[in-house]
Amino acid sequence: MRPFTYERARDPQAAVKAAAETPGARFLAGGTNLLDLMKLEIERPQHLIDVGRLPLGQVEETPEGGLRIGSMASNTALAADARVRSRYPVLTQAIVAGGSPQLRNKATTGGNLLQRTRCAYFYDTSKPCNKREPGSGCGALEGLNRNAAILGASHACIATHPSDMAVALVALDARVETLAPDGDAREFPLMELHRLPGETPEVETHLIRGELITAVVLPPPPEGGQVYRKVRDRASYAAGLASVAVAGGRVALGMVAHKPWRAAEAEAALAGGASPEAAMDAELASASETGRNGFKITLTARLGAAAIAEAKGTR
Amino acid sequence: MSSVADYALPNPVTDNRSGLIGKGVDRYEGPLKVTGSAPYAYEVTPPSPPAYGVMVPATIACGRIIAVDAKAAEASPGVAAVWTHLNAPEQAPRGTRVHPRSTAPSRPVLEDDRVRFFGQPVAFVLADTLENAQAAAHLVQLTYEEQTPDVDFHGQLAKAEQPPGEEDVEIGDFANGFAQSPAKLDETWCTPIQNHCQMEPCASIAWWDGETCVVHTSVQMVKPAQHGLAETLKIDRDAVHLMTRYIGGGFGGKGQTYDDITLAALGARFLGRPVKVAYSRQHMMHGTIHRPATVQRVRLGATKDGQLTAMSIMTTTHCQRDGHFTEHASNFARSLYAAPNRLTGHRLIHLDLPGAGPMRAPGEASGMLSLECAMDELAEALGMDPIELRIKNEPEVDPETGKPFSLRQLVRCMREGAQLFGWDRRNPRPGQARDGRWMVGMGMAAAIRGNFLLPAKASFSVDRHGVITVRQGMTDIGTGSYTVLAQIAAETLGVPLADVRVEIGDSELPPAPGSGGQFGAATAGSAALAAGMNLRKAIADLAANDPGSPLHGGPAEAVTFQDGVIAIANRSESLASLIARAAPEGLTVEGEHRPAADARNWSQHTYGAHFCEVGVDPVTGETRMRRMLGVFAAGRIINYKTARSQLTGGMIWGVASALTEGNAVDPRYGSLVNQDLASYLVPVQADIGELDAIMLDEADDKANPLGIKGVGELGISGAGAAVANAIYNAVGVRVRDYPITPDKLLGAMLAR
Repeated sequence: MRPFTYERARDPQAAVKAAAETPGARFLAGGTNLLDLMKLEIERPQHLIDVGRLPLGQVEETPEGGLRIGSMASNTALAADARVRSRYPVLTQAIVAGGSPQLRNKATTGGNLLQRTRCAYFYDTSKPCNKREPGSGCGALEGLNRNAAILGASHACIATHPSDMAVALVALDARVETLAPDGDAREFPLMELHRLPGETPEVETHLIRGELITAVVLPPPPEGGQVYRKVRDRASYAAGLASVAVAGGRVALGMVAHKPWRAAEAEAALAGGASPEAAMDAELASASETGRNGFKITLTARLGAAAIAEAKGTR
Repeated sequence: MSSVADYALPNPVTDNRSGLIGKGVDRYEGPLKVTGSAPYAYEVTPPSPPAYGVMVPATIACGRIIAVDAKAAEASPGVAAVWTHLNAPEQAPRGTRVHPRSTAPSRPVLEDDRVRFFGQPVAFVLADTLENAQAAAHLVQLTYEEQTPDVDFHGQLAKAEQPPGEEDVEIGDFANGFAQSPAKLDETWCTPIQNHCQMEPCASIAWWDGETCVVHTSVQMVKPAQHGLAETLKIDRDAVHLMTRYIGGGFGGKGQTYDDITLAALGARFLGRPVKVAYSRQHMMHGTIHRPATVQRVRLGATKDGQLTAMSIMTTTHCQRDGHFTEHASNFARSLYAAPNRLTGHRLIHLDLPGAGPMRAPGEASGMLSLECAMDELAEALGMDPIELRIKNEPEVDPETGKPFSLRQLVRCMREGAQLFGWDRRNPRPGQARDGRWMVGMGMAAAIRGNFLLPAKASFSVDRHGVITVRQGMTDIGTGSYTVLAQIAAETLGVPLADVRVEIGDSELPPAPGSGGQFGAATAGSAALAAGMNLRKAIADLAANDPGSPLHGGPAEAVTFQDGVIAIANRSESLASLIARAAPEGLTVEGEHRPAADARNWSQHTYGAHFCEVGVDPVTGETRMRRMLGVFAAGRIINYKTARSQLTGGMIWGVASALTEGNAVDPRYGSLVNQDLASYLVPVQADIGELDAIMLDEADDKANPLGIKGVGELGISGAGAAVANAIYNAVGVRVRDYPITPDKLLGAMLAR
């Protein structure tokens, strides 16, 4: 770990200001991902701004009948929230499918969205990785890439986004609220937070420097069933091979792309009366395999179809 | 020299008068461990504040270091030294054994410019704090001349050669016998590299007390660690005082030492202050040994009614370039089933990988994953129950040596297990049972693992309070050594457990081989019994000759020991009062046990039967273990609780081997892909359903004076095969490439 300086932010405005003004600054919330990466010198921030104690931990009703989730609400608290459990069960299911209880106790809503890939070549600093060291190449491309992306990948990066929670939030049509260093509050669909890798996989979101996620807003729950399913090699505390969140007519896929993947093609096919299988086939028509991950296309198709059918209550 | 016949004579342990033997006694050191107050090597408090050493692992697998730039590291805050092969302190050349009886040769660190495997420690930083040492370690710049590593095991199977000094073992005429068999099976299984993943990484703290190097480390065997360090440092063996009091898992990976111990000793000498060195979790994967991958070809020939006529396992495996370790995955089959024509052997490939070495049940853990599935396949092909097929081929005597078995209750394990597990509810036709979305199947496998006994010593003391202290250069790697030694001492001297102290893990104590090969309890325990018997005699003689004792005049042979009281008929006094009066400084005696001269006249093993029920999700190919039962025959059980933990721990590892666990080499870099416990998948709580291990009530009076056998490696042997057979019963396809992950199983199900 490199030496770094640390400050605890007084309020969100001070946090974003400090983040914009201090070279090499990063926000620290639960620390469940950032600190691990710092120990391995994958992340080498010069300055940490601790936002973990900012008063952004509330989960409150919105006038529209949805929920506004403060970005510092812990994963554990959010999954256990009675309103979430009853109205957004897919979110609770997704959160408890991720990490371990200890991690979920520390991890925050905002931090969960910004966690970084679990790609083995990102973690091993002796290997090339365009995400860790832009321009160095992609070690996974011709490597042991069984769990690489099948949608939206590029030659620069085939890493996946590992969050479970984000997949459910995308299916729920969540929006993100942020605070920018100039004091501007922004609000946009969560679907637009993350980027595909393209030629710059080191740039993972559309946030500007110093911009802080302050909340995630859920619209009223959609009509219809909600289901989260995740496939993994072991029953808990394992990165997923694929996941799917279904909320009414909306479908999102996880661990298959550089971002939580809104399955728009599948949704359109379902709206047009297609079967779950046909809907998933439509979505995955653009999927491509790299080396050893071809099974994920089949797996995702089957998993998605099963989850859609389960949400419909037809299976 | 004793004879096996002597083992059948009664002794306090087999008499078990106070009933301590066999009881589920709590761990002797348990409270220390669960409260975090047991000092593991890295946590031992040294006599003065320590410095910290951090190793820099090589980032290539094969080549030479052609330039070193340590300037930035040396200038980094708190750094006291940066060592590479260019400036490392002098050590004995590799393999030196100055003292002819050293149990390990020298293992110098940073010895030359050659890189032999990815992760080899190639530089070392000493600093005032761990953080400063770690930060500086990242600043050491090494330039390599890289050679393409030769690491592709599966690509080079044809190049494999007979391990040096070994020959295939053939009985009868295998080729002819197999060719003429009415029913045949010829299939190949693959097992991956596995890493030990002990909870406690390898770690050492060392300081110098005058000319003596005092070192606390984490190692399974005390004497080789002490001797190897002394040879490396070119000092007398007595000038190394090595301790290993608490060990957070070994599994064979700590049967040897690594560079942490040498660097701690050298660093402490250089700085004149204590030095701590530990491997990081990531570095453990490459910097220490692993269980090598295997490819096993199994051929079985049988009559239509299930009599095996020919049997063969041929294993191909790998080890490091300059090594010779062979994963003997075929050996166990030599004693398991009867068949007139038999062929077993091994082939070895040398690769530019880290060292291959022993891991829990070396041989059996990999090998039983093939043969015990092959037996399941053969049973199905013959329309037989897999248990009945095994019983039909149960040998009367060892099928290769013709020696009698010391005690073999394999059939009883299978029959009792079948009844307890509900085997009769298994539908032999696969793919028939469902529970919700899960397809459910049952499988079983036999277990066999050799039983061994080595020479060992121990000392026993009694003090004026009647407290017995056992001292032995034994180790406890989480198995229960402390506890079983306390039980043996308490039973032998007739004192309550609370009046027993156990001191182990110290090179200055009477030597014992340590923990490995599931010989620990029998070896250490037999020596403890011998020492305890010597102490009984010394106490009896003391009482018989002490005019102040009611036992004065003896006869010494008639003295009994129970509840802290010594007695001859109705004459008695407390042990404490005798010692306080007649030997206030206490008594200390040694004892020793050496294996009986005729021990090799018996074929001696431990046995078991595993039963497993799994669920497979037909949509995703995910397998989850639902329930598992093992029934084991391993001689007399000293401690029901610690033995059961050993067995269930082994079974859990078997579940891992079948479903999740393994590592893979990236052939471009010669490195392993899984480098932490988030990616190297050992089971978590949620992976293990209902699990139980049952031990038959037996005693093997050919094994040792205690009648006990090992359990540490039996539990994993065959366990994974039961899981694999259950998967087949659930879904009707076989995956012979472990672990059986969703991608492989779903692929096989869809290909059907």
